[in-house]
Amino acid sequence: MGNILLLLIGLLFLVGVLVPFIYPVLKKRTGVVLSVLPLVIFIVLLLELLSIGSRESIILDSTWGFLSGMEFSYRLDGLSIIFGLLISGIGFLILLFSSYYMAKYDRQPHFYTYLTLFMGAMTGLVFADNLFVLFVFWELTSVASFFLIGFDHHLEKSRQASLQALLITAFGGLCLLFAIILTGNITGTYRISELINLSIHLGNHPHYYLVLSLVLLAAITKSAQFPFHFWLPGAMQAPTPISAYLHSATMVNAGVFLLLRLYPVIGGTMAWKYLLILTGGITMFLGAFLSMGQRDLKRILAFTTISALGTMVLLIGIDTPNSIKAAIVFFIVHGLYKGGLFMIAGIIDKSTGSRDIYKLNGLFRGIPVTAIAALLAVISMAGLPPMLGFVGKELVYEAQIQAPGISWIVLPLGVGANILMVAVSITVFYELFVFNKSKPVTEFKYHERQFPVTFLAGAVLLAILGLGLGMSPRFLENILSNALYYIQGHSMEIKLRLWHGFNQVLMLSIFTILCGVAIFIFRKPVNRVISAFINWLDRYHLPTLFTSVINYYIYLASKNTRRIQHGYHRFYLLTFFVVTIALISLQQFRITEVILPESGFSPVKWHVALLLFIASLSVIFAVFARTRLSAILAMGVIGYGIGMLYLFYGAVDLAITQFLVETIIMIVFVMVIYYLPRFAILSSKASRVRDGIISIAVGAFVTLIVLKAQLIKPDSRVSDFFVENSYTLAHGKNIINTILIDFRSLDTLGEMIVITMAAAGVFSLFRFQIQRLKKKEEEASHVERFEKQGDD
Amino acid sequence: MELIIAIFIGLMFSCGVYLILRRSIVKVILGIFVLSNAANLIIFLAGGITKSEVAFIPDGEQTLDPTLINDPVAQVLVIKSIVIGLGIAAYILALKYRYFEVTGTHDLDSLKNTDQR
Repeated sequence: MGNILLLLIGLLFLVGVLVPFIYPVLKKRTGVVLSVLPLVIFIVLLLELLSIGSRESIILDSTWGFLSGMEFSYRLDGLSIIFGLLISGIGFLILLFSSYYMAKYDRQPHFYTYLTLFMGAMTGLVFADNLFVLFVFWELTSVASFFLIGFDHHLEKSRQASLQALLITAFGGLCLLFAIILTGNITGTYRISELINLSIHLGNHPHYYLVLSLVLLAAITKSAQFPFHFWLPGAMQAPTPISAYLHSATMVNAGVFLLLRLYPVIGGTMAWKYLLILTGGITMFLGAFLSMGQRDLKRILAFTTISALGTMVLLIGIDTPNSIKAAIVFFIVHGLYKGGLFMIAGIIDKSTGSRDIYKLNGLFRGIPVTAIAALLAVISMAGLPPMLGFVGKELVYEAQIQAPGISWIVLPLGVGANILMVAVSITVFYELFVFNKSKPVTEFKYHERQFPVTFLAGAVLLAILGLGLGMSPRFLENILSNALYYIQGHSMEIKLRLWHGFNQVLMLSIFTILCGVAIFIFRKPVNRVISAFINWLDRYHLPTLFTSVINYYIYLASKNTRRIQHGYHRFYLLTFFVVTIALISLQQFRITEVILPESGFSPVKWHVALLLFIASLSVIFAVFARTRLSAILAMGVIGYGIGMLYLFYGAVDLAITQFLVETIIMIVFVMVIYYLPRFAILSSKASRVRDGIISIAVGAFVTLIVLKAQLIKPDSRVSDFFVENSYTLAHGKNIINTILIDFRSLDTLGEMIVITMAAAGVFSLFRFQIQRLKKKEEEASHVERFEKQGDD
Repeated sequence: MELIIAIFIGLMFSCGVYLILRRSIVKVILGIFVLSNAANLIIFLAGGITKSEVAFIPDGEQTLDPTLINDPVAQVLVIKSIVIGLGIAAYILALKYRYFEVTGTHDLDSLKNTDQR
């Protein structure tokens, strides 16, 4: 059974890549056909859910992997099955929904490719048993969501939002990678099942806080927790099916999944609790609060998602068996109603062309089935019976009341957030579906009966599922206790009931609803207050702040690059020389005792010294020469002088080569000289003095190094071999010659290749003679100009 | 003698470095020629200049006593260096020629931008 699952995940990736080839055949039906795949995964997982015991995990080993230690092994337990079910189930509905919603979009094959790959990455992420595999899928979801959020890439807003999402989540991804490597180094294994089974906990390790903060950073960036929450409302730029999928079951929930997955390894310490409660609590309340002030239905939903994610993180932070259970149930609740509500937003958008809840009015007339689905979803969001949302909210309250030592702060925050959620739920439903005389009547572009069944199926099915699970939550008990067993390490019996009897929690619920209704009634003044708050907050608008930080970073980087890569050829050289001299002098001053060799120098040959003196004069003359021709002649004197030096010391072959080469260069130089510009003094006096000092320093240090090199007597075995065997092995009397063409002939071949390449370069540079002729006139004018400038 | 040659090499390096730090392109070319000659001399000097026999095996003999001649490997290296120096010289000359033809300037500072205008 499990192997089929492995195959199916692989198939998702394969099909995703192949969509561009499938699409021309299937055209409009692509979405529906593709939806079969997640449906099959859903059914397989459902069978697993029914058959798995409460203390059983299935581990699928795979020897196949990119690298050793990175095998694609999979793990099925309560947690991954619950996440997998939502991912595949909602994915199936989203694909159905998209096939109509996206019909008018361009680049549909791209859309389906990204969506399928995203689905595959997300499924792989929850089932991965190897931490590195988990990381790879984690990053894949970031990349895929980048393309999905920026799908309307002709809009600047879209591009900005997707880049922001990518930068933030990829930053989290890097943190995760670092944390994984640390964990692996500390524990010696990268396998989640081994970490869980051996009950390894890092709590006492000196690097624990580093690992913890890295994992938390990864989770809160992915799950859009305060202060990184701002990328999620921005991600609203994506087409609605994508928003629905990102919010309900995938992407942002991956952070929550990661926290639950790594709980056995790093969870449960004081730092873990307080950090999560802090971020989760702030996010939960802030999200609910900000959702009240919005007009765009999708933005309202985005902020409620932030709030819901905050609730889950807070619950994980409270860290009691009840709170973890509540977090998982709340994840299911949220996935069901949020997926439905986003699809409803899409339906409303399609049928009326607007998403502004204060402009829409009395939609019940045109889309009655959707309205009923919306009613159920909204009830679930508000946490009212008989939906699963009620069960979830009751569990949340219970966990918050029982929160050890901190319930006095957690509970008011939780109740406050929930009151706001109730108010938002009522407001949204009232403004959209109930007819209001004071507002203009909404014109319908399409009525519900004009939509295909696939377009409506998602919202309706999710609403029904929420209702059904709310009526019989027992269905979830077994899988929940399995999930809890592998998270907290001890099994507990779980009872989920819609009706708990009259108790503290129920009283709180009633209080919440009453307050929510009260806020709804006084929503105008409340909205004004929240709008004022949002306006105040906009001064510290986080997305803008983020963008300006990024822009400043780019500015700084380019400024530094300009400083280093300034484009002045001679300053590059200058840097090179100065640094080299500095390093050499450091080394020289450290060991400075003996420079002269013990045996002394060889006797001075006065004729050679005279030769060098003349050559020195020509070098200096070349530097200060006024005309090109005299400088080149001076070069010739130097070259021939060095050739003579070789000759005096018995290097006949060298001398011949030097004379030959020097002659060729002279001839070539004289040939092109009239095409080259005349000498001109271009640099200022100060820079000439500076360059002079640097060059004298370079010369001095080279002299020192050359003298030092005389101390080293190289091993002469190689040379001796050549000398002794020149005649016997290579049958040549000229030793230099035999080395060149016999002993080291491959080197000579390489040298010939270099010369050939240079020749090819010269040839190609001179090839475009036609171009040159065309430019002749232009060039003539240049030369004229330089003649005037130059001091030749 | 080594001292004199070492000072000569130093002088050549000074002049070469000064030349390639110029803005005028012809001077940079000259600087490269000077530096390549100076580098050859360093290698040559490293092979030793104490003996003055030519690295030939005399007629009628099978081998030569290695102690009689300077290190032949250094000489081989210098030969290769000289020849490659020729390749570089030819290529640089052609390149500068084309460069001057295309851009119409001999000032390296005006060659800051990689974009064609």
